[in-house]
Amino acid sequence: MTPFARKRLTRIALNAAGLLVFLFAVFPVYWMVSTSFKANDQIFTTDFIPFPTHFTVEHVDRVLSEGVAGNSIWLYMRNSAIVALGTVLIGAALALLAATAIARFTFRGRTSFLILLLIVQMIPAEALLIPLFLNVKRLGLYDQLLGLIVINVGLTLPFGIWMLRTFVAAVPRSLEEAAWIDGASRMTTFWRVLFPLVAPGLVATSIFSFITAWNELIFALILMSDSSGYTMPVALQFFFGQRGTDWGAIMAGSTMMTIPVVVFFLLVQRRMVSGLVAGAVKG
Amino acid sequence: MTNTSTVARGGGVPPAPGRRRHAPHRPSKARGLSPRAVPYVLLAPGLLVIAGLLLYPLGQMIVISFQKVGIPQINGKKPATWEGWDNYTRVLDNEIFWSSLRNTLVFAAVTVTLTLVLGTAVGTLLNRLSKKMSTFVVIGIMSAWAVPPVAQGVIWRWLFDSDAGMINWALNLLPDGLSELLFGRSDWTGEPWLNDAFTIYLVLIVCVLWSSFPFVAVSVLAGLRGIPAELYEAARVDGATPWRIFRKITFPLLKPVFSVLTILSIIWDFKVFSQLYVLMGGPTNREAFNLSIFSFAEAFRSPPKMGVGAAIAVILTLILLVVTAVYIRQIVKTEDLR
Repeated sequence: MTPFARKRLTRIALNAAGLLVFLFAVFPVYWMVSTSFKANDQIFTTDFIPFPTHFTVEHVDRVLSEGVAGNSIWLYMRNSAIVALGTVLIGAALALLAATAIARFTFRGRTSFLILLLIVQMIPAEALLIPLFLNVKRLGLYDQLLGLIVINVGLTLPFGIWMLRTFVAAVPRSLEEAAWIDGASRMTTFWRVLFPLVAPGLVATSIFSFITAWNELIFALILMSDSSGYTMPVALQFFFGQRGTDWGAIMAGSTMMTIPVVVFFLLVQRRMVSGLVAGAVKG
Repeated sequence: MTNTSTVARGGGVPPAPGRRRHAPHRPSKARGLSPRAVPYVLLAPGLLVIAGLLLYPLGQMIVISFQKVGIPQINGKKPATWEGWDNYTRVLDNEIFWSSLRNTLVFAAVTVTLTLVLGTAVGTLLNRLSKKMSTFVVIGIMSAWAVPPVAQGVIWRWLFDSDAGMINWALNLLPDGLSELLFGRSDWTGEPWLNDAFTIYLVLIVCVLWSSFPFVAVSVLAGLRGIPAELYEAARVDGATPWRIFRKITFPLLKPVFSVLTILSIIWDFKVFSQLYVLMGGPTNREAFNLSIFSFAEAFRSPPKMGVGAAIAVILTLILLVVTAVYIRQIVKTEDLR
């Protein structure tokens, strides 16, 4: 075999392997989406129907009109969105302040705070479940979306600060110093110089918090007893009925829950990886 | 991309707060605030949230694990009574605890290993693909990573459905002889994967592996792109084999990445909840519990035994801390916390 032919063969083998990985990753997602558009005779069959030839939107219609657990899926989407957006708004503000403190100032206790941030991320949410449940009850936040928002802020904040501090540190100090010399106040420097430059990092961090809050199941399970307060992850459980599962409907619901996350995810994936392993890669 | 933090910090001596005081135009807005206090004021709200929502509850959990907390205590009708080590002995005497512990440990060990191996292999593969092809594959694996855990559980429950699932259909496609040889059977019609603890965990491993290898692959790829190509050329000129190149160049240089990936995978796989919850259909199959679900079920299924649930959570947290302590130290060392 000539070296050229060998090289071509390697290339073909590599691309084939890449394609295989792609299919393994994407097929289950495709299967979810395609099932939600298949008529029931194509869902409940022992045959393999690769493509919904009996295309239908009846399942989407059904989850929107009849819904599940007594409410339209819109209500659960809305609840999830409120919780996730509330978490992002509060969390982003707190994270930005703390990240600025860490990245821009040297002060006593700074290193301890960073180590604290690392360690609290190791605490499993399960460990906080019982005390937070009792506290939320005591504070009268049980069955309220606000309670979920507060808890999600707590769960996402340590990582948010951890990720955002690298973005703040990446903004050259000289820019702020120039503004200082020109007589800008501390607040003006922050809003006019630092904030616009950190904004992309803030968006990435916010999207991460949004996704975490959007996906959160355990706390939503225990803090919401009334079905009108369910978030999407909780509502989806109710599709698994006693008398068999309505797979078309649950796939339609799952698809609706998944779409916003996938879109957000693809938008920020590069930044997210860099945030997660920040500092570990010495290029 | 990944070393932004060090680049920014390398840019000269950081102006100490003291120096700012002597800046020529002292900002009028900050008049009431001593420069020394500024970082603490910025930090205070975040620190309060962390203390109130993470640290304080953590302490409460330890206290509750020594108490009896049932319905009267939850409703505030009766004060919690001190039980000493009773909750712990009750947990350790429960055989479900030992099966949950075994499930947790075996699942984490198997899944973390598989995730790291598959992720590294895919990351290495991506690094050798053309730019276009690798972007294509990265977008594909990213979409698997992005699927919410609950939806992951739903998808794989559907794929492994006994009657209309894809997997049973695919297994039936195998030539009977091969299927007989591999699994000792040829007919997979109606195989109920999600009734038995062992097969539930097989499905769970596939599900979690599917959703977590992309992160490892993309991180490894990012690390590989940072390694200078000359190193590889020199090794190739010296006639090194691909395995030797991986062992002597790639692995040592990516070691910090691998340690972060290992610790994150351990943390994630140790307390997997949503996917297992969906695959089991709620906390029903006690043999298939892991520690997370066991704690949840004891505390929130009637009759609620919050003290026992807290004791399980304390044990889970301790195991997690012991397992990850080595790695936390590693991160604290490699990550310059300045």
